[in-house]
Amino acid sequence: MSNTTPTLTGETPPPAPPAAEDRSVQARAARRKAKVRGGTRTVLFHGVTWALGIVMLYPGVWMLLSSFRPTNQIIGEVGLIPRETTLDNFTRAFEGIGGVSFWTFFSNSMILAVGSVVGVCLSCSVAAYAFARIEFPGRKLYFGLMIGTLLLPFHVVIIPQFIMFNELGWTDSYIPLLIGKFLAAEAFFVFLMVQFMRGVPRELDESARIDGAGHGRIYWFIMLPLMRPVLATASIFAFIWSWNDFLAPLIYLRSPDKYPLPLMLRQFSDQTSISDYGAQMAAAVLALAPVIIFFMLFQRYIVDGVATSGLKG
Amino acid sequence: MSLTHEASRESANSTPARRPRNGRPPRRGAETRAGYAFLAPWLLGFITLTAGPMIASLYLSFTNFHPIRDWGWIGFDNFTRLFDDPRFMDSVQVTSLYAVVGTPIKLAAALAVAMLLNNRRRGQGTYRSLFYAPSLIGASVSIAIIWKAMFNDQGIVDEIGQFFGMKPGGWVGNPDMTLPMMILLAVWQFGAPMVIFLAGLKQIPNELYEAADVDGAGPLRKFFRITLPMLSPVLFFNLVLETINSFQVFASAFIISGGKGGPANSTLFYTLYLYQRGFGQGQLGYAAAMAWLLVIVVGIITLIFFKTSKYWVHYGGETR
Repeated sequence: MSNTTPTLTGETPPPAPPAAEDRSVQARAARRKAKVRGGTRTVLFHGVTWALGIVMLYPGVWMLLSSFRPTNQIIGEVGLIPRETTLDNFTRAFEGIGGVSFWTFFSNSMILAVGSVVGVCLSCSVAAYAFARIEFPGRKLYFGLMIGTLLLPFHVVIIPQFIMFNELGWTDSYIPLLIGKFLAAEAFFVFLMVQFMRGVPRELDESARIDGAGHGRIYWFIMLPLMRPVLATASIFAFIWSWNDFLAPLIYLRSPDKYPLPLMLRQFSDQTSISDYGAQMAAAVLALAPVIIFFMLFQRYIVDGVATSGLKG
Repeated sequence: MSLTHEASRESANSTPARRPRNGRPPRRGAETRAGYAFLAPWLLGFITLTAGPMIASLYLSFTNFHPIRDWGWIGFDNFTRLFDDPRFMDSVQVTSLYAVVGTPIKLAAALAVAMLLNNRRRGQGTYRSLFYAPSLIGASVSIAIIWKAMFNDQGIVDEIGQFFGMKPGGWVGNPDMTLPMMILLAVWQFGAPMVIFLAGLKQIPNELYEAADVDGAGPLRKFFRITLPMLSPVLFFNLVLETINSFQVFASAFIISGGKGGPANSTLFYTLYLYQRGFGQGQLGYAAAMAWLLVIVVGIITLIFFKTSKYWVHYGGETR
């Protein structure tokens, strides 16, 4: 494409030597000019993007730096660099609230998040295998129903679920929070895995079938190992969603020693007065830290997962 | 691998070892059984956690169910009472304003930044991750706490606003400013639709732009004649998803208003009011009616999007 210009000039009547020299000088000047323009454009691009990035990052950075400030210097402080730094906020955040330490909340969150990851990986991959690889009557109908639940507002099922789990005596336990993960109720993940499996060549399982392997074996020995990338994406999202979940723990959990971090933060923001912003900031930082670390480690998986499947954050 | 070994051992035990292709019909029963076996967890979940509760919820919406008090069938009372309930009307207003104003701003920001990033310059991947990050944490309680601190009386936004001549007092306590604050929080999370737009932009063949250049089309014309039509399926997807999501804000409104939806009901989002009625006051029948109304509204909006899509969404091949 870029060499169309020389051929065009070549087609024009053969120019006299001095003119040619003149032209090549002109061309070089034009190229240099274009390069400079390209350079300024690149600089402009990075400038604009960086400016935007700073605006985007500002709340996070402000939170992080505020958590090291003495409480009375947080409010009304626009600048980022603290005048004095202190770790008092973190000491108070680690103490926890209502006699329950931060680490209890943290491990509760961890149990729920890891449980979600295990449940999602197992149950959703099994369901996805049925949708992608087994031909049986009614499959299309079930697939349609599954897709339908993608857009269904969660709130329409939460009231009867609450009544049901209450009758079963499961409130104030983690069962209501995890059971959906083990029964493939998160249609997004099922859909994601179906899409992935459809991309796996059928020859692989057909040759295994000829060797006499049943669906159980094909799923376990062939499909599951191949699914590692999609399982990674699903795990990351399952972990982070569970980590951030607020509504379900708020409804089901009563005893503070079973609370995950979002409920601890809520108590912090409710009970501590405005004057203790420091501890709130520190607790918020601590609660976000695992998600941020996760994101930094797996950003490619996460962002590509969003790009290919439209998964939400 | 051990797989072939075990498989051959298995085929020795079971009779249909190497069934020829025409031997399919007898296997059908086995396929069906396998299908249902694999689908069993999902099916159980679907019946007990989705379909069953939806029907139960519909039933409850015609009762005055309460976990402790006596309850019974009250017909359409919940639904008629909803429309006489000023707090309900406030919550509808807050939520629809948020959806109608916030979603387009968020999508416009997402598209603008996606177009900014759609080039071959270095660092694109880093920028993409950087802008995506808020989407991952934006709905969390931590961010709600930060937002509240930033927009509170004497918070940084208040200080900066005063510098530009705004009235002091912060946004959190000002009923006129809470919705802009919530919309800013939503727009801050433009990263997720941006990543999807970016993936869509990469699919647009460069020849189209080159042809437009030859024809002397300007950047605006290229945007409206090439980019937007070619991107319309992605735009459609984002619009449906973001609109539905915007009806379901909960944690941030809950934390910022301390669970109350104040000041003056200005952060009383639909789901927050549903929570207050159902789980705060135990009026689960009333809340079920609200939930079903939400499903119907979301269904109608999705239907409208899908029905009108043929007028403005171009799928591959049609655009010529």
